[in-house]
Amino acid sequence: MVSRKDFDSPNEPTWCKGCGNYGILNAIKMALAEQGLAPHQVLMVTGIGCGSKIPQYMKVNGFHTIHGRALPVATGARLANHGMKIMCVHGDGDGYGMGLGHMMHAIRRNIGLVDIIQNNRVYGLTKGQYSPTSDVGMRTPTSPEGAIDRAVPPLGLAIAAGATFVARGYPGELPHLAWLIGQALQHDGYALVDVLQPCVTFNRASAYDFYNPRVYRLQETAHDVTNKTAAWEKAYEWGERIPIGIFYRVEGVPTYESQVPTLKAGPLVRQPLQKLRPEQVHALCTELI
Amino acid sequence: MTVNNMTIRIGGAAGNGVESSGAGFCQALGRAGLHVFGLPDYYSRIRGGHNFYSIRISDRPLYSHAEPVHLLLALTAETIPRHRDKVVEGGAIVYDLKQVREPPSAVPGVQFLPLPLSDMAKETAGTELARNTVVLGVAAGLTGLDLSPMESVIRQNFGRRGQKVVDGNLAAADAGYKAGQKYAGDFPFKLRRNPSAPPRMVVSGTEAFSLGALAGGCRFVSAYPMTPGSPVLHWMAAHAAQYGVVTKHTEDEIAAICMAIGAAHMGARALVPTSGGGFSLMVEALGLAAMSETPVVIYNAQRPGPSTGLATRNAQADLLFMLYASQDEFPRFLLAPGTHEQCFVAGWRAFNLAEKYQTPALVLSDHYLAVATRTLEMGAFDFDAVQIERGELLSPAELDALDEEYLRYRLTPSGVSPRALPGHPKAVYVAESNEHDPAGALDEEIENRIAMVEKRQSKLIGMVEEMSGPARYGPAEAETTFVCWGSTYGPLREAVDLLNAEQPGRANMLHFSDLWPLPLEPVTAALASARQRIAVEVNATAQLATLLRSQTGIQMDGAILKYDGRPFTPEYILARVRTDRRASKSLPLDR
Ligand SMILES: Cc1ncc(C[n+]2csc(CCOP(=O)(O)OP(=O)(O)O)c2C)c(N)n1
Ligand code: SF4
Repeated sequence: MVSRKDFDSPNEPTWCKGCGNYGILNAIKMALAEQGLAPHQVLMVTGIGCGSKIPQYMKVNGFHTIHGRALPVATGARLANHGMKIMCVHGDGDGYGMGLGHMMHAIRRNIGLVDIIQNNRVYGLTKGQYSPTSDVGMRTPTSPEGAIDRAVPPLGLAIAAGATFVARGYPGELPHLAWLIGQALQHDGYALVDVLQPCVTFNRASAYDFYNPRVYRLQETAHDVTNKTAAWEKAYEWGERIPIGIFYRVEGVPTYESQVPTLKAGPLVRQPLQKLRPEQVHALCTELI
Repeated sequence: MTVNNMTIRIGGAAGNGVESSGAGFCQALGRAGLHVFGLPDYYSRIRGGHNFYSIRISDRPLYSHAEPVHLLLALTAETIPRHRDKVVEGGAIVYDLKQVREPPSAVPGVQFLPLPLSDMAKETAGTELARNTVVLGVAAGLTGLDLSPMESVIRQNFGRRGQKVVDGNLAAADAGYKAGQKYAGDFPFKLRRNPSAPPRMVVSGTEAFSLGALAGGCRFVSAYPMTPGSPVLHWMAAHAAQYGVVTKHTEDEIAAICMAIGAAHMGARALVPTSGGGFSLMVEALGLAAMSETPVVIYNAQRPGPSTGLATRNAQADLLFMLYASQDEFPRFLLAPGTHEQCFVAGWRAFNLAEKYQTPALVLSDHYLAVATRTLEMGAFDFDAVQIERGELLSPAELDALDEEYLRYRLTPSGVSPRALPGHPKAVYVAESNEHDPAGALDEEIENRIAMVEKRQSKLIGMVEEMSGPARYGPAEAETTFVCWGSTYGPLREAVDLLNAEQPGRANMLHFSDLWPLPLEPVTAALASARQRIAVEVNATAQLATLLRSQTGIQMDGAILKYDGRPFTPEYILARVRTDRRASKSLPLDR
């Protein structure tokens, strides 16, 4: 039996008091325990940002990488060892800014990993510049007159790109977020979990007071997760009411790794690593004659 | 009459099949028991332009192409003015009557052989596209080379396209052969099959490196296509399913190196082939590999730049860039094989070095070495010598027996920390990009920072022990010592032979293939004993000379540099030696 406590680490998070990342950390631990995944069975790949430090604050295999590149590192890890659960956890600057191109490609590959975006709609670690999901008009050190760029619509992009699992969670609804991450872990393929993460220091306008009255659970409505058009419409619902939950989900779309001939024999790193046999050497050299 | 010592050059437009027929003819010559050095020269375009393929042929092993052409096969009119100056006395120029309307002006001592190549192709193979086969048949007829090796290559290479295509090309070759035979009496350069020669491979540097990498246990290759690096990805992709390799054509080069880092972290031997522009994109992630101590191998087949530069041309101008790429400092390996045999060794050795020292190993090749083909005997690649050494990698059993906390970045005298692959319950850890303590936890304190910088740098002590000094070619004592690296080996070796044939003891050369870390003792000893040192490099600033001076304090006396996008030839080096005996005037080294 795996329990939440198994993921506890002696390292104290350096996040601000009230940061939404605490909830995300708890939800991930709950979900992993619930799914019976032990710390050594998971690799958590993160980018750079406040939230990307998360593997430091729990017991899990982690790879804290460089800004914007968590997905390709995670993809390589998955291709080398698809026997392990791979999770990517990174901020919106990391995932929807620098890493947006990688996300589109991860989606079209349907690579088997869970991609959690700590979407605080601001740059936390670099102290409050506007991010790809910031509102137009947001005043920050890099947009003193108000941001001009329109916000990236991550769920809409993911659905349009063909993602097979698209969800949004909110740490203010912790059990629901844990459930969502659990569903993503069960999904066979790329699973996006966009998390409305309050940043109480640099984006107070989009923190608990903003989200609490607005979020509602899609799964408590008649929403059909297999209906792409409905998912698309919900992805753009933003304002007085903000949906959370699973927007879109299809199972049975083959993952990238399930289609690579070499991986049919099992995870790459468990396949024997040895010198070429004499008959292989002979065949390779004969090709060149 | 000269037997088995000539260069045949076939020229045409992109789309004329110059490269495939040149490569096929090299194969045929190899099967005929002759040594060849084949070199394609092509523009970065799909149609038109001017492409040519030079095939130098000999009884002895060849290390380089050469400038004199004995037989020029012109599929287009443009081929003649471009190469006529290179055709030697007694040589011949065969051209397609349909393409060349105006008879070309005469070249003293050179025969012109206008032939209806297009019509012959159409009559025999049903398509003018077979002109290249016809003209190679003419070459065989003129030189007296038995047609059967060429026929066997045609059967093999066209086999996939069906019997009709095979028969058409056989007939085209035969028609060309008969036409060539008619003029054979006036053509003094002959090729004679050597039936007692052992079977030989015709191998490019790309193939040699790829074979070495596969033999060394390369199991993951991620790359974004960029000439001339991508042929390694092509080769690996073609062999992936059979040899248990995963290859990934990624969305860009940043993804390519990041995927390799992810795969290497999990325990796969991972390779990223690229060229300079791609490597430029990888620079930040190179630092990630070093900081997280993840072993990856990066192969850069150089081309001239900067920026997009000359995609299908040659340069050796990325040495200092590869050596210093990334912010801050960390140890890395830099290998620059000079021959096809060295490419093979670099292919497997790089993985051992990367894994033993848990740091990136960089291999520098270039366009010339990547595309040039040589005949090599079946045993030329020593597969028996290949070893798969993974360094301090903890086995699952060792991890089971672990009775203390596992520290991924444990401080050790060697700087190398025993490595556990993710997946074992006793070794759950975070690989870190930020500065970290031995356990991998974030740590910005002064003491830790110093300890970690020293830990990583101390790997150099072991790393340098793995490196060899320069290899000398030629007499121990010589008037001039040429100093080179990478692919300049071949042309310079032949230049040294030519100089010593004229005047014994005139020259020798030092070839560097282990570029970093530099083993100072043998390097200094080799350089110090030279009477006159001349750097020979395909760049404008003498990068190896700069490196050697910075590390040993020894300065070159001059440099022969070339930055026209083309590799050295033995003749070019000789000419430079003769026109400027000190070969150093006007060169940046004297500044
Ligand atoms: C290549 C590179 N550019 C810039 C940075 C500086 N940087 C660190 S984190 C960050 C943005 C963080 O925002 P986000 O990804 O949303 O994460 P958060 O801190 O909000 O969790 C930036 C720009 C960097 N580390 N690397
Ligand atoms: S700055 Fe914002 S995102 Fe960063 S720790 Fe503080 S609250 Fe969290």
